[in-house]
Amino acid sequence: MTTQDTNIRRHTISVLVDNEPGVLARVIGLFSGRGYNIESLTVAEIDASDSLSRITVVTSGTPMIIEQIKVQLERLVPVHKVKDLTLEGPFIEREMALVKVVANGEKRVESLRIGDVFKARVVDATINSFVFEITGTADDLNRFIDLMQQLGEVDISRTGAAALSRGTSTL
Amino acid sequence: MSSGTILSGAEIVIKALRDQGVDTIFGYPGGAVLPIYDALFKQNQIKHILVRHEQAAVHAAEGYARSSGKVGVVLVTSGPGATNAVTGLVDALMDSIPIVCLTGQVPTHLIGNDAFQECDTTGITRPATKHNYLVKDVNNLARTLHEAFYVAKNGRPGPVVIDIPKDVQFADGVYRTPGESQPKSYRPQVKPDLNKVEEAVEMLANAKRPIFYVGGGVINAGPVASQLLTQLVRMTGYPCTTTLMGLGAYPAHDQQWLGMLGMHGTYEANLAMHGCDLMVCVGARFDDRVTGKISEFSPGSKKIHIDIDPSNINKNVRVDLPIVGDAAYVLEDMIRIWKARNKRADQAALKSWWDQITVWRSKDCLKYEKTEKVIKPQYALERLRAAIQGRDDVFISTEVGQHQMWAAQFLPFNKPNRWLTSGGLGTMGYGLPAAIGAQIANPGALCIDVAGEASIQMNIQEMSTALQYRLPVKVFILNNQWMGMVRQWQELLHGSRFSESYSEALPDFVKLADAFGGVGLRATKVSEVDDVIAEMIAIPRPVIVDMCVDQKENCFPMIPGGKAHNEMLLGPADKVSEATPEEGMVLV
Repeated sequence: MTTQDTNIRRHTISVLVDNEPGVLARVIGLFSGRGYNIESLTVAEIDASDSLSRITVVTSGTPMIIEQIKVQLERLVPVHKVKDLTLEGPFIEREMALVKVVANGEKRVESLRIGDVFKARVVDATINSFVFEITGTADDLNRFIDLMQQLGEVDISRTGAAALSRGTSTL
Repeated sequence: MSSGTILSGAEIVIKALRDQGVDTIFGYPGGAVLPIYDALFKQNQIKHILVRHEQAAVHAAEGYARSSGKVGVVLVTSGPGATNAVTGLVDALMDSIPIVCLTGQVPTHLIGNDAFQECDTTGITRPATKHNYLVKDVNNLARTLHEAFYVAKNGRPGPVVIDIPKDVQFADGVYRTPGESQPKSYRPQVKPDLNKVEEAVEMLANAKRPIFYVGGGVINAGPVASQLLTQLVRMTGYPCTTTLMGLGAYPAHDQQWLGMLGMHGTYEANLAMHGCDLMVCVGARFDDRVTGKISEFSPGSKKIHIDIDPSNINKNVRVDLPIVGDAAYVLEDMIRIWKARNKRADQAALKSWWDQITVWRSKDCLKYEKTEKVIKPQYALERLRAAIQGRDDVFISTEVGQHQMWAAQFLPFNKPNRWLTSGGLGTMGYGLPAAIGAQIANPGALCIDVAGEASIQMNIQEMSTALQYRLPVKVFILNNQWMGMVRQWQELLHGSRFSESYSEALPDFVKLADAFGGVGLRATKVSEVDDVIAEMIAIPRPVIVDMCVDQKENCFPMIPGGKAHNEMLLGPADKVSEATPEEGMVLV
């Protein structure tokens, strides 16, 4: 066999599916049944009249595995289109997180300053806490959360990635 | 009745089946499918075959589908009816058999309430099927049924489940014809990319040590694909080997056929695969039973892979030229381009390749010890082969184990759709119901289930079905009183610790046949074998043959788990070398 690339890379894959009962279970079952990795997965209806949903899944694997994930997804009957955004040129990936920081005094003020640097919005405040809304890449969010964890107790809710290719191409 | 007619859900089911050309279904009634059974009762175009267990309904439908090329149809009830069918569904999924399985479901208002005989059928069968549906609105029922047939038989075939709640079967709704019911998204590619086919023809013409590696995909592509394959192989003069699922895709009596490859394949087929410089895989999927140790699989070859399912490509083995398409279309294009470009194989290279293959062949790897003392299982099959030689109407099914491999090695398959075996899932209990299905699809044919005494007990109840419908199926048991393949692995890999593999307290199969109303025959001596086989074939009723064979015989050749093609064991004298590595023992 020819030498194979065994480097594990992160890929963002967009999947256009019929919005019907069980479709998410099919996709998730495919990943768990075949031992593929899911880093994040988001799904919502994007076209009510045609009843279509878009699933954005962030996964990781060797090129052979990533190729398998794509063709296995394409095999599912309610799947219309699969696009490996990572492979098919530049794309935008955004994730939103709500981050609650419980802290007092100087640490509380510091959290506000860092929030400012990261362009996070304060969406809730008490004397002892803030809730920030932050949008960015998964890396941006990770760095923000890392810093906040050093300032106090944190509680996090993340949406997972939404992604679109740059330029004129559509799914 | 045309499109737009108002019918009850149960009537829609029957009407849709008829519009799909269904004349036979296999099933078992129960509470949640009573309306459909009532509708069946009121008509006489669709024949219902009552099995004795839902698993057997699916296997019978598989046997019917594989031996006829049609879609097999199953009707079972909710809960245990559906769960019993699951093994059959996975079997059909693994072997790419087109099946439509209708399951009853509790009424929609009770779904999720843990109602009597309720189970989450679509949840349970999601990974067991190619696709499945739960129909909650009777107005979607006709469209869903037609779509299910489309999905089951198009692309890589497979099983489709339609779960129909009882209230939907009673409700009135609009009937739609097949033409109005195309799925929105499922459009498998059947015609190949011609540039790739041209490239394949160039590679084919330039090869020095080529081999065709052919699987069940060619059989699924219809008899024409087998004819085209045979034509291409003969045009090139290249050797051809088939997988277990591909037996019959190329005539077994032909000199260019090297026999089956893989774990129990022939020496010449496996060494040719190992030593080739071009492998043309047509409708096979490089599974572990074929490749052996994957890192040492055919190390020096370029590989062309023709498959209708893109997910089979580069799944286990990276190939140099993938061609997605239906085998018949691809083979047709290859032949056309080969002819148009006046291609000719490199005759000198081909001659030395065949010389090498002849040397491998001369090992006579299927030879076994001939003796008068005990019936060797291979001998029994050789005599069966002699008895059916030249007949065109013989369908062989098997259970799973040693007898299955011996049947694959020793019986002749010259045409497609004559060989019915559980390859992917390896389901014991497959053979008898499959033979029943084949017999229904082919009245008057000789349908033989080559069985082991352990496997046959997994669906022996289907003897009743055979009797009820006067199906003269033959159960040919190679009775060695062991779960032979388990015993063989324990002997070779687990220090002869025969844990739980002895068939203790066996029934008397002759009396058992009699109890079911069939005929039982037994051979215990070599001298009785021919007479018993002749009698079995002559009796126009269900027969069980208890062929009492050598208890200790092992199935060779064998590539032990974790070994490469060139590390075959040829017979009992070969020992598993330097204690099979742990990784090999871990593999199944």
